[in-house]
Amino acid sequence: MRDSDGNRAAGFIEAGFLALLLVILIAAALWLFFQRVWWFPELASARSLAVDRLFELTLLITGIAFVMVHGALAFFIVRFRDRGTGRALFWHDSHALEISWSVVTLVILTVLVFMGQRVWSDVYFSKAPDNAVLVEVTGEQFMWHARYPGSDGAFGATDPKLITNTNILGLDKRDPAARDDVVVDNTLHLPVNRPARIRLRAKDVIHSFYLPHFRTKQDAVPGMTIEIWIVPSREGQFEIVCAELCGLGHYRMKAMLTVESQEAYDKWLKEQAG
Amino acid sequence: MGALGTHESITADHKLGFFRRYIFSLDHKVIGVQYILTAMVMAIVGGLLSMLIRLQLAWPSHQWPWLGQVIPTGMEGGVMKPEFYLSLVTMHGTIMVFFLLTAVLAGGFGNFIIPLQIGARDMAFPFLNALSYWTFFLSCLAILSAFFVVGGAPLGGWTAYAPLSALPQTGPGQGMGMTMWIVAIGLFVFSSLFGALNYITTILNLRTKGMSMMRLPLTTWSLLITAILGLLAFPVLLGAAILLFFDRSGGTSFFIPGGLTVGEKLVSHAGGHPLLWQHLFWFFGHPEVYIVILPAMGIVSDILSTFSRKPIFSYKTMVLSMSSIGVLSFIVWGHHMFVSGMNPLLGSAFALTTLAIAVPSAIKTFNWLFTLWGARIRFTAAMLFSIGFVSLFVSGGLSGIFLGNSAVDIHLHDTYFVVAHFHLIMAVAPVFAMFAGLYYWFPKMFGRMMNETLGKLHFWGSLIGVYCVFFTMHVIGMAGHIRRTYDPYQYEFLKHLQPANIFITKAAFILGAVQLLFLINFWWSLFKGKKATDNPWRANSLEWTTSTPPPHGNWEGEIPTVCRWPYDYSAPGVKEDFALQSEPLPAAPSGK
Amino acid sequence: MSHSEALAAEQDRVLASAWGGGKSPFAANWGKLMMWLFLISDALTFVALIAAYGFMRYVSPRWPAQAEIFDMRLIGFMTFTLISSSAVMAMAVGAARTHNPKLAVRFLFLTILGGLIFLGCQAYEWSHFIGEGARLWSNPWGVPQFSACFFVMTGFHGFHVTTGVIFLLVVALRAAAGRYSDEGVEIAGLYWHFIDVVWVFIFALFYLL
Ligand code: HEA
Ligand code: HEA
Ligand code: CUA
Ligand SMILES: [Cu+2]
Repeated sequence: MRDSDGNRAAGFIEAGFLALLLVILIAAALWLFFQRVWWFPELASARSLAVDRLFELTLLITGIAFVMVHGALAFFIVRFRDRGTGRALFWHDSHALEISWSVVTLVILTVLVFMGQRVWSDVYFSKAPDNAVLVEVTGEQFMWHARYPGSDGAFGATDPKLITNTNILGLDKRDPAARDDVVVDNTLHLPVNRPARIRLRAKDVIHSFYLPHFRTKQDAVPGMTIEIWIVPSREGQFEIVCAELCGLGHYRMKAMLTVESQEAYDKWLKEQAG
Repeated sequence: MGALGTHESITADHKLGFFRRYIFSLDHKVIGVQYILTAMVMAIVGGLLSMLIRLQLAWPSHQWPWLGQVIPTGMEGGVMKPEFYLSLVTMHGTIMVFFLLTAVLAGGFGNFIIPLQIGARDMAFPFLNALSYWTFFLSCLAILSAFFVVGGAPLGGWTAYAPLSALPQTGPGQGMGMTMWIVAIGLFVFSSLFGALNYITTILNLRTKGMSMMRLPLTTWSLLITAILGLLAFPVLLGAAILLFFDRSGGTSFFIPGGLTVGEKLVSHAGGHPLLWQHLFWFFGHPEVYIVILPAMGIVSDILSTFSRKPIFSYKTMVLSMSSIGVLSFIVWGHHMFVSGMNPLLGSAFALTTLAIAVPSAIKTFNWLFTLWGARIRFTAAMLFSIGFVSLFVSGGLSGIFLGNSAVDIHLHDTYFVVAHFHLIMAVAPVFAMFAGLYYWFPKMFGRMMNETLGKLHFWGSLIGVYCVFFTMHVIGMAGHIRRTYDPYQYEFLKHLQPANIFITKAAFILGAVQLLFLINFWWSLFKGKKATDNPWRANSLEWTTSTPPPHGNWEGEIPTVCRWPYDYSAPGVKEDFALQSEPLPAAPSGK
Repeated sequence: MSHSEALAAEQDRVLASAWGGGKSPFAANWGKLMMWLFLISDALTFVALIAAYGFMRYVSPRWPAQAEIFDMRLIGFMTFTLISSSAVMAMAVGAARTHNPKLAVRFLFLTILGGLIFLGCQAYEWSHFIGEGARLWSNPWGVPQFSACFFVMTGFHGFHVTTGVIFLLVVALRAAAGRYSDEGVEIAGLYWHFIDVVWVFIFALFYLL
């Protein structure tokens, strides 16, 4: 009954249709990644170019693997469909084949991970240059507070017991260093082309400080102070996103980062302090 | 003491009442089917939740008055509340991961298939098996009840990160709803452990004569490895859940650091650490995702081989790579925590191990591909879904390569790129394998065939649907679209993604509707399907040697002795293009 | 060798091997094997708790000095009791192996006694500790994590000892009722030794270190 013409035709249609689908899939995938209508937000940090490059390299490699595997799948499906004649090959081992594809994958992945670790160590293991500005960003349900150390360059002491509606970070005003600290809500200003050290804290639950245009993301964990550093390389306004689920207002926990010239930045800071 | 002899008595009790036979049965086949049917209900709930999620993401501020009538609390006046959205996400993730995938693949197929494939009359301990199902059933009730308690279902995501999950005052669902979540997960852990104990013992001890380990079908192999992973991973989740419970109800602070203020009010806990939860959770969580993919891999391997009429390519490496995936899965958990504040040096180490685990996965992929080489492929619904699995596994796996490289993950973490990754590889790939397995074993389970035409339509619709839905998510993730967000368009830079979201939502609705074909097919075939023969697919493994459906005790007479491996398709010296494992060897020309 | 000869040879090999099916490869029946597996998984729950304890110590600024808080003589005595009970349990298992139910049951009751003494000491230790002001969420000696870990770890272990005692009682009483099995004693023995080993870890990691 397998040999009837009807069955053969059905097999051909199915194989052909599935293969066609896979080919369309390949084409659609390529289109999706090449048309770049939906793509990374425009980069605003020269230092993060390496991340984009690494992404693109990975895209190239996985893209080749994707096309190859799906191409082969489509081809095999059509080529080896049951035509009601002959027997399948009794072939189920090939050490040469297996060793070669294992080694190739291993090599590719090793290269990728080592290239990745170079970027990673640049992000996490390098020290910020000395001329960096320092700012502390604190997350709470559901807003961001930025604190600048003020003219003395040092953050004053804080104490959670002092936290009230008006003293949102619990600044201890008895500490002289605390008196000139500048606290702003949902805004962050940074001078362009100058490194900025950002010290992350959280008051209640975990938040995540995400700057999509900077390819920068770091969880703000209560009980920890985590420092990262970035170098804004383009003036403009950039949204700060909370990327870690932090409760029902997670979706609206946003702030605005303004990157501006050093003069404008100084002027803004003075206004805030005044 | 003859381990095989213990179950002779089971064959005797044919004359049980309806309740003992179908409800409180100790028969592994009935228990397997119970798992599958219960999970089907859960899947429908989980699927409906995802439809609501998609509705919200496409048109966040739109009013749906009729929905407001159906769900008066969550969608008062037809507009979804943010906390309701988040509890949808949490419950959708939890239900799908635990109560659909783990339940069907490990619980359902594990129970139904293992004794049949190894030639045993039942599980080693049928009572424990029944207990496992009933604990699972209770945990289903517990998780569903979370919707109806004060404050509603939990909103902390399926990962329940502390301190959000540890402090009831941080959100509406984090009180009673979260407690129900912990109870449900605790029960689920016990149910999985009972199952795992049984599976391992059964596979090691109750194999019939001649069924050596290297003659086990890959489905059984994968279920064995899955059970071992479960045995080692679930207790850690239990430990974490116990600590979380004490943090919430006992006043301890394992996960809660000092000096927290929620809404300007000081929290009395002090001294714990939020990352502890993440470490414990992901130490379980990562093996868990392999707990759902491994049985899928096993099932697909067997089906690909059957309908290729060819042995699986490189059986030994398949076993080996599944085992090494199992081992490696315990040392990659930190890749979920690259930007969590964990020591970045650990990040480097976890990036290395993560990419290492891709190697055995790649090997398996190529083995599946080359199983097709020189084949005589028969396109049944089961086969189509298996091929679909391979495609989805590759697509989802490749996006894992981006995430595994810690530097790239900085940008992609917690965006839809991750959602795309895990839906392709975890949500739909194993679901495809589950469908493949159901189309394949349905005749053995119920004695009737499913409708092939409907099955194929279901496949075409699903394949197109899932790719439209989840492939597109990659690019919106790259654009920075974060996950678990009630209204992405709060952000200027995400506004232009609305058309993409609308497209995804429409595709998801079609995808959801296509699943109805399966449900119709399933229930229609159950009563009206064509009667099945004992071995409708002309397959090799032992379950096809017994009658359809198998009697209590699985084989009427003696359990067959096994003479060959399960992949003697188109073997030389055999007339047919298959040879049952029990088929005697050709007489050697010269007597021994 | 022809193809069919090769197949026949393979079949002979498979049927002769311990893993060839039709027998239990570890020469242990399912009950014992299952107990082993259960212990592995139970051990991992303890690993999770002990890891949490390690984490807590690591992030705590100062950990109280245990020797000043606990009466180490009592702890030493408890440890000694539990280890001795384990030894007695081994004798019970030995008796079961030589099919001597009477002796086995006698040793079982001795083991149960050991377990009860241990639990008694623990109850005393807990009430003493609580009397001095320790709570799950606080204690007079410093970080609250200290007493939280204490209660959770020893509590979870004590829970295991309690189930162990009940388990042994069931085996012993069943034996008295004429439903004795050597196997049952051996399985109970595995569990009891496990409890003992876990205690050694808790003793070393929590009380000594
Ligand atoms: C079945 C489940 C499953 C499986 C099998 C995998 C497989 C993999 N996963 Fe995935 N993952 C999840 C389920 C799964 N994952 C889930 C649920 C989450 C999110 C949880 C949450 O946060 O809610 C997640 C998240 C997740 C993250 C965290 C992302 C983040 O939150 O920031 C990472 C990062 O490393 C990752 C990596 C990988 C990798 C490298 C693999 C690899 O094993 C994949 C290997 C496969 C292939 C690579 C394809 C086949 C190979 C070839 C065709 C050969 C050629 C390839 C090359 C040369 C590259 N996954
Ligand atoms: C197995 C896992 C699984 C499955 C199948 C799905 C299926 C789907 N998921 Fe889900 N999803 C998760 C696991 C899964 N998901 C997880 C873990 C999360 C993260 C949660 C979190 O962040 O905490 C998530 C989150 C998640 C989000 C992100 C929400 C957010 O971050 O804000 C979205 C958004 O689009 C989404 C959509 C969908 C859609 C459209 C489907 C569709 O594919 C649905 C269509 C339905 C099916 C394909 C299955 C139907 C099957 C049957 C009806 C038959 C059953 C039969 C038997 C049992 C016999 N899911
Ligand atoms: Cu703060 Cu999300
Ligand atoms: Cu993972």
